[in-house]
Amino acid sequence: MDLYTEGDPIADTRAPDGPVETRWDRHRFEMKLVNPANRRKLTVIVVGTGLAGGSAAATLAEQGYHVKSYCYQDSPRRAHSIAAQGGINAAKNYRNDGDSVHRLFYDTVKGGDFRSRESNVHRLAEVSVNIIDQCVAQGVPFAREYGGLLDTRSFGGAQVQRTFYARGQTGQQLLLGAYQALERQIGLGNVEMNARHEMLELVVVDGRARGIVVRDMVTGEISTEMADAVVLASGGYGNVFYLSTNAKGCNVTASWRAHRKGAYFANPCYTQIHPTCIPVSGDHQSKLTLMSESLRNDGRVWVPKAKGDDRGPRDIPEDERDYYLERIYPSFGNLVPRDIASRAAKNVCDEGRGVGPTGLGVYLDFADAIDRLGRKAIEAKYGNLFEMYERITGEDPYEVPMRIYPAVHYTMGGLWVDYDLQSTVPGLFVIGEANFSDHGANRLGASALMQGLADGYFVLPSTLANYLAANPMEKVDASHPEAVAARTDVEDRITRLLAINGDRTVDSFHRELGQIMWEHCGMERSDAGLRKAIAEIRALREQFWQRVRVPGDGEGLNQSLEKAGRVADFFELAELMCVDALHREESCGGHFRAEYQTPDGEAQRDDDRFAYVAAWEYTGTGEPVLHKEDLTFEYVHPSQRSYK
Amino acid sequence: MNLTLRIWRQTGPEDKGRMVTYPVPDVSPDMSFLEMLDVLNERLILDGEEPVAFDHDCREGICGACSLMINGEAHGPQRGTTACQLHMRQFSDGDTIDIEPWRARAFPVIKDLVVNRNAFDKIIAAGGYVTAPTGSAPEAHSTPVPKDDADAAFSSAACIGCGACVAACPNGSGMLFTAAKVTQLSLLPQGQPERYTRVIGMVDAHDEAGFGGCTNIGECTSACPKGIPLNTIGRLNRDYLKATTKRAGTPGS
Ligand SMILES: Cc1cc2nc3c(=O)[nH]c(=O)nc-3n(C[C@H](O)[C@H](O)[C@H](O)COP(=O)(O)OP(=O)(O)OC[C@H]3O[C@@H](n4cnc5c(N)ncnc54)[C@H](O)[C@@H]3O)c2cc1C
Ligand code: SF4
Ligand code: FES
Repeated sequence: MDLYTEGDPIADTRAPDGPVETRWDRHRFEMKLVNPANRRKLTVIVVGTGLAGGSAAATLAEQGYHVKSYCYQDSPRRAHSIAAQGGINAAKNYRNDGDSVHRLFYDTVKGGDFRSRESNVHRLAEVSVNIIDQCVAQGVPFAREYGGLLDTRSFGGAQVQRTFYARGQTGQQLLLGAYQALERQIGLGNVEMNARHEMLELVVVDGRARGIVVRDMVTGEISTEMADAVVLASGGYGNVFYLSTNAKGCNVTASWRAHRKGAYFANPCYTQIHPTCIPVSGDHQSKLTLMSESLRNDGRVWVPKAKGDDRGPRDIPEDERDYYLERIYPSFGNLVPRDIASRAAKNVCDEGRGVGPTGLGVYLDFADAIDRLGRKAIEAKYGNLFEMYERITGEDPYEVPMRIYPAVHYTMGGLWVDYDLQSTVPGLFVIGEANFSDHGANRLGASALMQGLADGYFVLPSTLANYLAANPMEKVDASHPEAVAARTDVEDRITRLLAINGDRTVDSFHRELGQIMWEHCGMERSDAGLRKAIAEIRALREQFWQRVRVPGDGEGLNQSLEKAGRVADFFELAELMCVDALHREESCGGHFRAEYQTPDGEAQRDDDRFAYVAAWEYTGTGEPVLHKEDLTFEYVHPSQRSYK
Repeated sequence: MNLTLRIWRQTGPEDKGRMVTYPVPDVSPDMSFLEMLDVLNERLILDGEEPVAFDHDCREGICGACSLMINGEAHGPQRGTTACQLHMRQFSDGDTIDIEPWRARAFPVIKDLVVNRNAFDKIIAAGGYVTAPTGSAPEAHSTPVPKDDADAAFSSAACIGCGACVAACPNGSGMLFTAAKVTQLSLLPQGQPERYTRVIGMVDAHDEAGFGGCTNIGECTSACPKGIPLNTIGRLNRDYLKATTKRAGTPGS
C-alpha cells in the first residue's frame, strides 16, 4: 500500500516479566526514588485536570514536586470527566460473588478483544481496589446500602457486581474529589494553576520533553513554560467526528502536537460507539447526549418489521415489531456489548426500518417493564434519565418509547506509552484517555474512570519519580533555541489562521469532516470507503486552509480562533485514523471491517496477522511509519467472542 | 419560529458594554438555547462581525460552564435546568429574549457573556476538601456511613459550581455554593476532623473574594439548577457559630 511504510518493531515496552501478579510490585521496588529534599527543585507540567490529570497533579504536589497545571476550561473542576454517569469498576469483591483481581484482569483483556498488554491490564486491576479507598477517604458520596456499606451494581453485562457509583453522576463526584485535593495543593502554593490556558506545542530539548507553549485564552498571550518532565492528561479525541458525547471543547491538539514532535500515536482507529444516545434532531445539532447504558436492563429495543412504516409506535401491533436484539442474540438479548448493539441498530436503519423524523433511530421501549414492575419502580430507577430525555426531545418516555441511536463516545487509541506510561519522547508521560493503554480494541463500561485514577493517583507518581531520579538534567529556560522555535511555530500558525479571512466558518468544516468520518470510519469500515475518506479529507483540509474565516484577532478571548486550531489538528488525525483502519485487515472490538466478518455477521479477528499494537510515527510531509508492538497472551487465551 | 434577541456585548473588561439587538429567524423548537446562539454566531461570522462569546462545554447540564441570564432569570425560565439544557420549545414565535452575563462583584465580565468565576475555586482551596493524601486511605469499608447521611451528602455534592445562585442574589452572595460543600463534608465521618476549620476558612475566603453577605432572601435556591436547598445555609451558619466559639476558646488564637 502507498499510504504508509513499515519501520522497526517496538522492542522494549519496559514491562517486567515473571508471574503477572508480581510484576508491578517488583517493578515498583526496582524503580529509583527521588530524595524528598530534591523534589521541590523539580518542576512537572501536567496538561489536563480531568480524573487523570487532576489526580496526578494533586498527588505529585503532595509528594513535594513543584507542579504547573493547565486546562482550557475556566476551572479545573469542569474537565469532561465530570460528565461520566454510570460508575467505576474495582475488584473489591464486596459482594462475595466470585470477583477478584484476576477476574477483572481477565474480563478487561477479553473485553478489549485481545488487543491490550496483559502486564498493564493486570496492574490496573490490582490498583483498582486502592482507588475506592482513596475516594472514600476524600468524602466522595458513593451510593450506600442500608447497613452503611458501599453499594455496587453490575454494569455493561458484567457477571459480577463490581461497579461503584454515585447516583447517575459518578464522574462528577470522583472528579470533585480529585479537584478538591488539587485545590488544597493550590492553596498551599504547591501547584500553580493555569485555567483557560491551552497547550499548543511541546518543547523538546536534546530529545527530552522539557516544556510546552501555551496560549492564555483570556489575554491571548503566548508563553513558554519549562519543566523537568511533561505529563499529558488531555482526554480523548472523539470530537474528530464533530458529533459525539464529548464536551464541545474536547480536542486532540495536545496529543497531536506531541505526536508531531516524536510521540507515536497508537491504534487511532479504535473508537467506541455507544448504542444508547438521543438521536440527532436536525442540522443545528451540536453534540449528542448519552442515555445511560443501564436503561437496557429494562428497556426493549425494537423497530417495525416493515420498511418505511410511519405509524406511531403505539399503533404498531406486537407481531409487526422486530425486537431484533432478542431475535439475533437470544441469550444476551438487549444486553449485548456496546459494539454489537450499535452495529445492529445501524443495520436495521440501513435497511430502511429506522424510526423518528430522520430514520436514524430505534425504539427503546419501557411499556413491558412498566406493566411488570409498575410506573413507580421505573421512576425510582430511571426518573432522572427520563426527565433529561423529555427535556431534550419534548417526548414523555413513560407514554411513548424512547428513540435512541449510537454515537461516538470514547477513543481507545491515543499516544503510545510503555509500561511506565512514558511516550516515545523521553520525559513525556501520557495518562487517562489520552494514552492508548489498557483497553485494547474495546473498553468495558466503568473502566475509563478506573484507568484515569489508577494512572494519576498510583502509577504515574512512581514511574515519573523513577525517570526524574535516573535522569538528572540541567535547567533550561525559555530562551533555548528549541523553545524559541516552538513558540515561533505557534505564533506563525495563529497568524496564518487569522489571515485567511475566507468565506466558511470553522464549524462548517468541522461538521463536514465529522460526516466523512462517521460515514467511512465509524461503525463499519471498508477498504473502498476508507480510501474515499482519505481523498475527501485531504481535499477538505486544503479547502480549510484557503477558505476558513476566523474573525477577530489573537489579542484576547477569541473562541473562533481556539476552534480553528483544534479543527486543523483534527484534519491531520482523521487521515491517520483512516490509514490505521485501512491497514488493519481484520475486525476487532470497536473496529469493524465489512470485509472481515463471520458468516453470521460477527467481527472476525485475525490473530496471526494483527495481534499487535499499531504505533504510528509522524514524518512530516511523508507517509506515517508503522511500528508494531507484538502482543503475547500468557494468561488469557484469545477466543472468539460469542453472544448468541 | 422567529425571535428577537437582545444580547449584552462587551469587548473586554474595560469596555462599558451595551445591549445589541439581533433578529434570529427560523428557530427550530428542537434546538437547545446554545444551539440557537450557534446559529446566530455562524451568521455573524459570515457577515463579518464578531460572534457572541459565551461559556459552555458539556452541554448536558453537568460541567457548570454555561452561565446566561435569560430574561432576567439565571439559566432562564425552566426550573432545575441549565441554559445548555433549555430548549427553544420553552419560547414562542415572536418573543424578544434578553441575554446577559452573570452580574456580581465577585464575577467580573471578561467579554460579552463570559465572566471570571475563579473566586469559587478560591473558596474550595480555603477548605473545601478532606485532607487525605494519596496512599494514606484506610480500607473503604472500615467506616460505614448511614445511607441517609450518604444520600444527603450526595444531594449537596450535586452542586455544579455554575454561579447562578450568585447571579440571582440581590447581594451577590456565594453562600449557597459555599454551604453546599460545607454540608456535604460535614455529613460524612471523613469530613469531621476538619469540620470547624473548614467552615471558617471557606467563609473567610468567600468574604475576601468580594461576595456579598447572605440575608436569607432565597433567590439562590430558586435559580439553582441542582435544587440545592436553602437550609444548607442554615447548617453552615450553625457550624460557623460553633467554630467561632471554639476558636475563641482555643489557647493562643
Ligand atoms: C457522557 C460520558 C459518560 C461517560 N461515562 C463513563 C462511565 O460511567 N464510566 C467510565 O468509566 N467512563 C465513562 N466515560 C469515559 C470517561 O469519562 C473518560 O474517558 C474519562 O473521564 C477521561 O478522563 P481524562 O482525565 O483522561 O480526560 P478529561 O476528563 O477529558 O480531561 C481532559 C483535560 O485536559 C484538558 N485539555 C485538553 N486539551 C487541552 C489543551 N490543548 N491544553 C490544555 N488543557 C487541555 C481539559 O481542559 C481537561 O482538563 C464517559 C464519557 C462520556 C463522554
Ligand atoms: S449552589 Fe446551585 S446555583 Fe449555586 S453554584 Fe451550585 S449548582 Fe450553581
Ligand atoms: S455547558 Fe456544561 S452545564 Fe451547561
